[in-house]
Amino acid sequence: MSALSVVTAGHGLLAAGTDVGTIPVPSISYAAIAPILIVLGAACVGVLFEAFVPRGQRFVAQVVLTIAALVAALLDVIAIRGHSVVTASRALSIDPATLYLQGTILVMAILSVLLLAERSVDSGSSIVAQAAVVVGSPADRRLATSERVQTEVFPLALFAVGGMLVFPAANNLLLMFVALEVLSLPLYLMAGLSRRRRLLSQEAAIKYFLLGAFASAFFLYGLALLYGYANSVNLADILTAQNTSTQSDVLLYLGFGLLIVGLLFKAGIAPFHSWTPDVYQGSPTPVTAFMAACTKIAAFGAILRVLYVGFSISAWNWRPIIWVVAIASIVVGSVFGLTQTDVKRILAYSSIAHAGFILIGVISLDKAGLAAILFYLAAYGFTTIAAFGLVTLVRDSNGESTHLSQWSGLARRSPLFAATFTFLLLALAGIPLTSGFIGKFVVFKAAYHLAGPLVVIALIGSAVAAFFYLRIVVMMFFAEPPEDGPSVTIPSAVTTVAITVGTVGTLVLGVFPQPLLDLANNAAKLRG
Amino acid sequence: MTSDAHNLALLLLLAIPLVGSLVVFALPNGSERLAKQVTLLASVLTFIYAVVLGVEFKTGGNRFQFVGSWTWIKSLGVHFAFGVDGIALVLIVMATLLVPCVVLASWNSFDTVAGAEETAPADAPNRSPKTYFALLLLLEVFMVGVFAATDVFLFYVFFEAMLVPMYFIIGSFGGPRRQYAAVKFFLYSLLGGLLMLASVIGLYISAGSSSFAFADLVGKVPEGATQKWLFLGFFIAFAIKAPLVPFHTWLPDAGAEAPAGGAALLVGVLDKVGTFGFLRYCLPLFPEASRYFANPILILSVIGILYAAFLAMGQRDMKRLVSYTSVAHFGFIGLGIFAFTTQGETGAVLYMVNHGMSTGVLFIVVGFLVSRGKSRIVSDYSGVAKIAPRLGGAFLLAGLSALALPGMSTFISEFLTLVGTFTRHKALAIVATAGIVLAALYVLLLYQRTMQGPLSAKVAAIKDFPDLSAIEIAAVAPLITLILVLGVYPKPVLDIINPAVKFTMSDMHQTDPQPSSLVQSGGSK
Repeated sequence: MSALSVVTAGHGLLAAGTDVGTIPVPSISYAAIAPILIVLGAACVGVLFEAFVPRGQRFVAQVVLTIAALVAALLDVIAIRGHSVVTASRALSIDPATLYLQGTILVMAILSVLLLAERSVDSGSSIVAQAAVVVGSPADRRLATSERVQTEVFPLALFAVGGMLVFPAANNLLLMFVALEVLSLPLYLMAGLSRRRRLLSQEAAIKYFLLGAFASAFFLYGLALLYGYANSVNLADILTAQNTSTQSDVLLYLGFGLLIVGLLFKAGIAPFHSWTPDVYQGSPTPVTAFMAACTKIAAFGAILRVLYVGFSISAWNWRPIIWVVAIASIVVGSVFGLTQTDVKRILAYSSIAHAGFILIGVISLDKAGLAAILFYLAAYGFTTIAAFGLVTLVRDSNGESTHLSQWSGLARRSPLFAATFTFLLLALAGIPLTSGFIGKFVVFKAAYHLAGPLVVIALIGSAVAAFFYLRIVVMMFFAEPPEDGPSVTIPSAVTTVAITVGTVGTLVLGVFPQPLLDLANNAAKLRG
Repeated sequence: MTSDAHNLALLLLLAIPLVGSLVVFALPNGSERLAKQVTLLASVLTFIYAVVLGVEFKTGGNRFQFVGSWTWIKSLGVHFAFGVDGIALVLIVMATLLVPCVVLASWNSFDTVAGAEETAPADAPNRSPKTYFALLLLLEVFMVGVFAATDVFLFYVFFEAMLVPMYFIIGSFGGPRRQYAAVKFFLYSLLGGLLMLASVIGLYISAGSSSFAFADLVGKVPEGATQKWLFLGFFIAFAIKAPLVPFHTWLPDAGAEAPAGGAALLVGVLDKVGTFGFLRYCLPLFPEASRYFANPILILSVIGILYAAFLAMGQRDMKRLVSYTSVAHFGFIGLGIFAFTTQGETGAVLYMVNHGMSTGVLFIVVGFLVSRGKSRIVSDYSGVAKIAPRLGGAFLLAGLSALALPGMSTFISEFLTLVGTFTRHKALAIVATAGIVLAALYVLLLYQRTMQGPLSAKVAAIKDFPDLSAIEIAAVAPLITLILVLGVYPKPVLDIINPAVKFTMSDMHQTDPQPSSLVQSGGSK
């Protein structure tokens, strides 16, 4: 009896508005949520693989399973394109924007998993075999050189992807919170799995976990206040409540503020960015690529849904907040990036600045802004995965060499590497004929009539940020190579494919952006 | 601009150097000689084709000719649209002439032209001549594109893309402080470019147009504060590029550290994009704002003429000196453009062409001298004309063209510019005239100190100080010849420029002040 009442209460919260006491049976459109089910199901199978597949075959089995699941989910997303249903007691909205974001997340996830599957650049893989071993102990030193690998990272990644697929689809804040946790918890673990520089990796994991837990708490607290205000956790109901509710607006504003803090944290937007550089630096680089591309897309998907679906009529209230955090992000990303000496940290600050640019697109709260952000997210995803993929290749005997000084003169040894990386940096800087330029252009164009000064600030920020991208170029091309500098490892096919796809994507979206612009424009529909 | 015209002529003009560049990039390492030959062939072909287009150009015809337009990004209203008016045409011909000259100048003494005088020998492997020549051709693609684009978005793309090859030319092949100079050059230009991007977006939105085509935007920008802000975005970008004082500080560094050939293109062509931008975009698109800001800009131009001239006199480094002379010359161009008279504008365009050639040849000749003496410092040289008379002669001719001696084409343009300014702003024209005297001073002092007098100990200590070789003469001869020919008979060029200037003036509803011109300028009376 008590169990039943818990279920009922829980359900009442999920499907607010229905009478407490009756148990509604939510109708679920399984076709629409099939991609999510495929990924989560495959993740469970992956866990079973860990238990039952012999160690020798586990790596291959997991990689095949993961890629197959992601590809199947992607094909399914493509198959149900154009669908627009709100299902599961209005908790999930599978609308064009959701499907676009899910498709983008899946593409980026496939590329990231390809990076994770690399085994030839480091002994074993970039993932540690036994994460719990005490750093510096003899067992740890043996581990560093052993060929042993641990493959739990693949089901973890699948769980995270599952959460990411739900995150931008959730019309119900409680479900959004669950998705947030489902995507975050595996990421906290994955951040601590680096094979080299274990201490840094563990520090990253702890930092990410503690700050992430804080952010989740903020989100939850905001959710509670909004429930108090609107008597519902459904975004559409919260929107109507803003016209009809008799509750104090303080609840609404506080609730919204706390909620958005939780989301801004996930997207790595200043002033909630402080985890980004440490976590990006400490995590295994393929995991960093995964976080930088997929998490960012999912987090922005959720931000867009909350703002567009739940708070569109109080836009004049939150627009100043977006102004402030966008400017803060751009300034922090581009100014603090100047002082960095580690390539991964530079890319982390670059991602903070980019998050600020993307946020500018939110200001206009119209279709053009939404389409622009959708385009930008895909463009940025390709570029950042390829960039981190290239970072994995610069190595000396201690693993990856990410310090800027170690990159000096790389162009002389590996002109192709240096040229590719330079191209990606130019894309991040937003130079024409790269996807970065088109992305910035459409976002700024969408925001221009409402936020002209913000666009100018963003452009000046881009010019400042260009300086640290150029520093890397200067190092690679114009500086003398050190005596015992790192070399560029020739990767196996998986990494090559991921880097090639990312780079070609960056180029193609810069030169022929029309198809993706059309796609994003058609997808720019969110349903409450 | 409707997109029904599909003339391939300008596309072909872009394709020749592009293909050449890709071929040179693809050549195997070590095939330097072949790389040079391919580069020379491609650049000469481009030049010949540009001249053919110049001959085909109908001076009484449409404003834009050889128009070709293809939809590029439909949802943004961006067209891959090309077309040239007289102004763009003469600049394209000048640019395509300068490239083969630079290739020839870099032919034998590549490393020395690259300013290797103070760099460590360990640097040598990075200075792959193949890359240098490929970058030159790539730069040529963007240079032609930036002049030929008739879509504002496309113009912006070329404007920014131009930075990348020049950045690597300076950064990989420049002098001892090349890293600093390359980054400074890139960041200054990028900052200007990004401000322009804000204006490009604002232009598109405030014009209420669904297209970025130049013809769809002219006359559409509402007057008032918006127009002024948009004007400033474009103006700062072009002023940095030009460069007008006080936006000039990157040029002396970039000009000094770039290899001589790169510097010739940087100052000769890239910087013309700034003044070209004033004429093509600032004036027609924002006529009211142009008039509003004209006086401060004119005063800055005059300050630039005098200030840069004094700085030039004080330089110890020859390449910095030449860079400062360019800043002074850009003051004249700015004066001519913002005087809003037909003679002024015509003079400014002719000035751009002449200055491209004269500064180009000056940088190339200074490069020859530096490559022999292994120093850029003026006081290290003296009496060079005694042992290398042909070098001395070329140096003198290049210098005389820079100081606008009558008989040189530069004189005609400087005169037109000043006359054009005088009819509207007498005081400014009179003050600017002092710049001519100062120009004579810094050029002749430079010539006297380096070429005349007793042979300096440093030069005498250099065993191998040859006079100009045949290839080096071939590099400077076409430019000097053209400067002399146009100095006597500038009519063909003026005939091409004049209609375009009239179109520009009519775009901004500007008429010449009465009484009209003192100089016959293509039948305006």
